[in-house]
Amino acid sequence: MKSLEELRAIREKMKQQMDLRGPSEDHIRVVVGMATCGIAAGARPVLTAFLDEVEKRGLQNVTVSQTGCIGVCRLEPIVEVFVPGEEKVTYVKVKPQMVPVIVEQHLVNHSVVTDYTIGAAE
Amino acid sequence: MKELSLYILDVAQNSISAGATRLELTLTEDARGWLTVVIADNGCGMDPEFLSRVTDPFTTTRTTRKVGMGLALYLLAAQQTGGALYMDSAPGQGTTVTATFDRNHLDCPPLGDLAGTVALLIQGSPALSLRYRHTTPWGEAELSTEELKAVLGEEISLAEPEIFTWIQNNLSQQEAQLEGAAQSYEKPGRTQSHS
Repeated sequence: MKSLEELRAIREKMKQQMDLRGPSEDHIRVVVGMATCGIAAGARPVLTAFLDEVEKRGLQNVTVSQTGCIGVCRLEPIVEVFVPGEEKVTYVKVKPQMVPVIVEQHLVNHSVVTDYTIGAAE
Repeated sequence: MKELSLYILDVAQNSISAGATRLELTLTEDARGWLTVVIADNGCGMDPEFLSRVTDPFTTTRTTRKVGMGLALYLLAAQQTGGALYMDSAPGQGTTVTATFDRNHLDCPPLGDLAGTVALLIQGSPALSLRYRHTTPWGEAELSTEELKAVLGEEISLAEPEIFTWIQNNLSQQEAQLEGAAQSYEKPGRTQSHS
């Protein structure tokens, strides 16, 4: 395995950032369904896109995580966004190109992308 | 599913659901095009009765519905290439799923984004001790979370997006090198088989 040096540099950078992080109560959670249904429908590139976008923008208050089957397999890939104090938002049939829009409008500017939600799809 | 790496991601998720703390993903290719994928965990394991019907699509542990396609699809993918699926499991002993694929077979899906699969497995279960190894006659790619944890220490989680990106880039490079080496590797003539 190569470039562990590079990883050391990342560690140093992250240690500094961690001290700057706010309290965990205002953490936004993004959850991607990664069961067979999600994976087959293309959830992997969606999850990757979220992680890349969060890293690119340096969003310290966003946690991206994975879950199993959310229960509406025909609408996969499904992404749930939990903003503390607000109702859960469920995005359906998410494609990687929709991810930057969701990150910018919802995670950064707190405005739900209504067109992509389960309410618009049903 | 369009890539073997997606099947591997799916089956490996079962290990995590089974409470595994150790997971070994081993891909071994030989010069004639046979690929053996071993997914071995130390999770809760399965009793013989469950094991006997686990590749049935109507067997599942999920609670949201009555079908579970993961292993059923994996079995089909292996068999479609002339390969097979073997499972070794016992309660408390973990599970080892071994699948073989003929990569020269028309119905064999491409390997796909193995780096993405491994990086996402680690991101989803940062506490897991995962060892990935892709061995071929023309080279090897590998990654071990123990080595990463030794560098990162306790306070930085492997779930952090920065670490995910590093793992993905590192493994993509290794896999791309393998791919390149495979092109220039002198493969022995494949025996004609008509079946």
